[in-house]
Amino acid sequence: MSEILLEAKNLVKHFPLTKGIIFAKQVGAVRAVDGINFHVNRNETFGLVGESGCGKTTTARLILLLETITSGSIEFEDQNITAFNKTVLKNYRASVQAVFQNPFGSLSPRMRVGDIIAEPLVVNKTVPKDEMKEKVAEALTVVGLSRDQANNYPHEFSGGQRQRIAIARALAQNPSLIILDEPVSALDVSIRAQIMNLLQDIQDQFGITYVLIAHDLAVVKHMSKRIGVMYLGKIVEVAESDELFKNPLHPYTRALYSAALPSRPGLHREEIVLPGEVPSPINPPSGCRFHPRCSEARPICAEQVPPLIDVGGGHEVACYLNKN
Amino acid sequence: MRKKVLEVVDLKTHFSTRLGVTKAVDGVSFSVREAETLGLVGESGSGKSITCLSILGLVPPPAGRIVGGKILLNGEDLLSKSKKQMRKIRGRQISMMLQDPMTSLNPVFTIGDQVAAPIRLHQKYNRKTVRNKVLDMLRRVKIPTPEVRAKAYPHQMSGGMRQRIVGAMALSCEPQLLIADEPTTALDVTIQAQFLKLLEEIQKSSNLSMIVVTHDFGIVSKICDRVAVMYAGRIIEQAKIEDLFDNPKHPYTKALMNSLPEMDTRVKRLYSIEGQPPDLRNLPDGCSFAPRCSYTMEICRKEYPHESVVEDGHTTSCWLSGSQGEA
Repeated sequence: MSEILLEAKNLVKHFPLTKGIIFAKQVGAVRAVDGINFHVNRNETFGLVGESGCGKTTTARLILLLETITSGSIEFEDQNITAFNKTVLKNYRASVQAVFQNPFGSLSPRMRVGDIIAEPLVVNKTVPKDEMKEKVAEALTVVGLSRDQANNYPHEFSGGQRQRIAIARALAQNPSLIILDEPVSALDVSIRAQIMNLLQDIQDQFGITYVLIAHDLAVVKHMSKRIGVMYLGKIVEVAESDELFKNPLHPYTRALYSAALPSRPGLHREEIVLPGEVPSPINPPSGCRFHPRCSEARPICAEQVPPLIDVGGGHEVACYLNKN
Repeated sequence: MRKKVLEVVDLKTHFSTRLGVTKAVDGVSFSVREAETLGLVGESGSGKSITCLSILGLVPPPAGRIVGGKILLNGEDLLSKSKKQMRKIRGRQISMMLQDPMTSLNPVFTIGDQVAAPIRLHQKYNRKTVRNKVLDMLRRVKIPTPEVRAKAYPHQMSGGMRQRIVGAMALSCEPQLLIADEPTTALDVTIQAQFLKLLEEIQKSSNLSMIVVTHDFGIVSKICDRVAVMYAGRIIEQAKIEDLFDNPKHPYTKALMNSLPEMDTRVKRLYSIEGQPPDLRNLPDGCSFAPRCSYTMEICRKEYPHESVVEDGHTTSCWLSGSQGEA
């Protein structure tokens, strides 16, 4: 069994923009994800950070096969997921689960919690009917709810408890990978720590791999072993999480780090306030996409796209400033 | 010492619902001085937004009612003002910046019209002066090419720009006090940094007092001078930010700080506060944090602790704090 569980190779997702209704023709594309490479090791948490519109959620949806891949590939356990036939696909869908941001929207208000957790098991026929109740109860206990709560409806639970239900639903499938898309950002501050601790306990107990998507740097740093920083459809830097913030090499990573709010007053970071805003992914800047906002841009940055280069110890960066 | 612009004394705002009375704000006292920024921190349901709406006289009737206390603006009690008088104060002396710039702007009016609205309402200027004031305001919040942007509609702008427009509207009549309710939650981190910097600059240049409502200690430590921590409708601790971060006294404040992951240090496991915030219709007797507190004593479950002074300008409501017995 190889160390790498999931690998994206030159992954591209363009959403076409069309003009006209009957004779619609493509006039452009939103380059949501534009050729990214990364891998996720078994049993680790891989964090993806970036601002809204950088393509992190699209990447997650591609892994979940909720969007079709424009080009490139995603390999899961060394097999290309786009080439899967129906039966293999079914297994893949069971072993890759997701927990979404808003637990008020991701649970059906008309179903009992027990049925919500059982639904994917019923669809996939993974568990015989007579064991179903036991399986649901087991999933509920793992996430710290009681088995009697299977008969309640989602509205009877608080935000934190609902997120626990969403985690239980994902867990019931015995997945090897869970995509966590902003799992704590909709929760109250005092509840966030509970959910983050729960997710870590589950990882330790079951050896599950996480892909964590969040915009809160402190959350990503706390949870992840390795982090990928995205900007406008590209991965600009990947490194172990401590290394990334101790030694950020890409100017965008440095700006993100400086923009993260201090946890204590008087703790001053180098102040980098980026000028302007993220450009449109329909018509991204040439060369390095960050160059119009970068204070250290050189002529070459506007012309050529910098490749993602390993600078040692698994620290990869796509920036011409670091080319020795 | 600078003079107090706003003083809130023992404010109580209750909502009567079919299921009983919800004590959203239950005895809140604080003050804001000239050119000072007060952070109002708490989780959802702790009463921080209702406190702000009470100050503005915008508690939704008939369910919501201010049942007690005083709100003094420059020494005048706002609760005794008529609706008409309040309308003159809102937007002119106190203005509010709402959380979500996507919904607090009207999609069918241009930016220029919307920034002009409060100016037209409160000041009798001719058209040209209003227009110049609007452009001036847009320039102050750093909107590029304000002449062009004044004719644009909200949907043509990004989130960060919209937030700055909302800021321009709130500041257009040069208020004494600005209430910002979660000013940056809808923004991205780098845009948030831009906006907080702008807010600081404007405050410095115009002697503005601010109340910033947030759940994020990061924002507090970045822009506030003093902070009041709210829990279940009450302020449980109030201090200068340095004192609060260096020497938090209330177990809730301590727990909340420990439960946040930090950028600059690494812990294996976060401290987590057990349980959930209490139901405001059915608050426990005694201290409302007692059921979740790890230092609960017998008295905590019986009687609500009154406010005790830790040091100058630092107060907390907890039985553990020293001067409880004497006060």
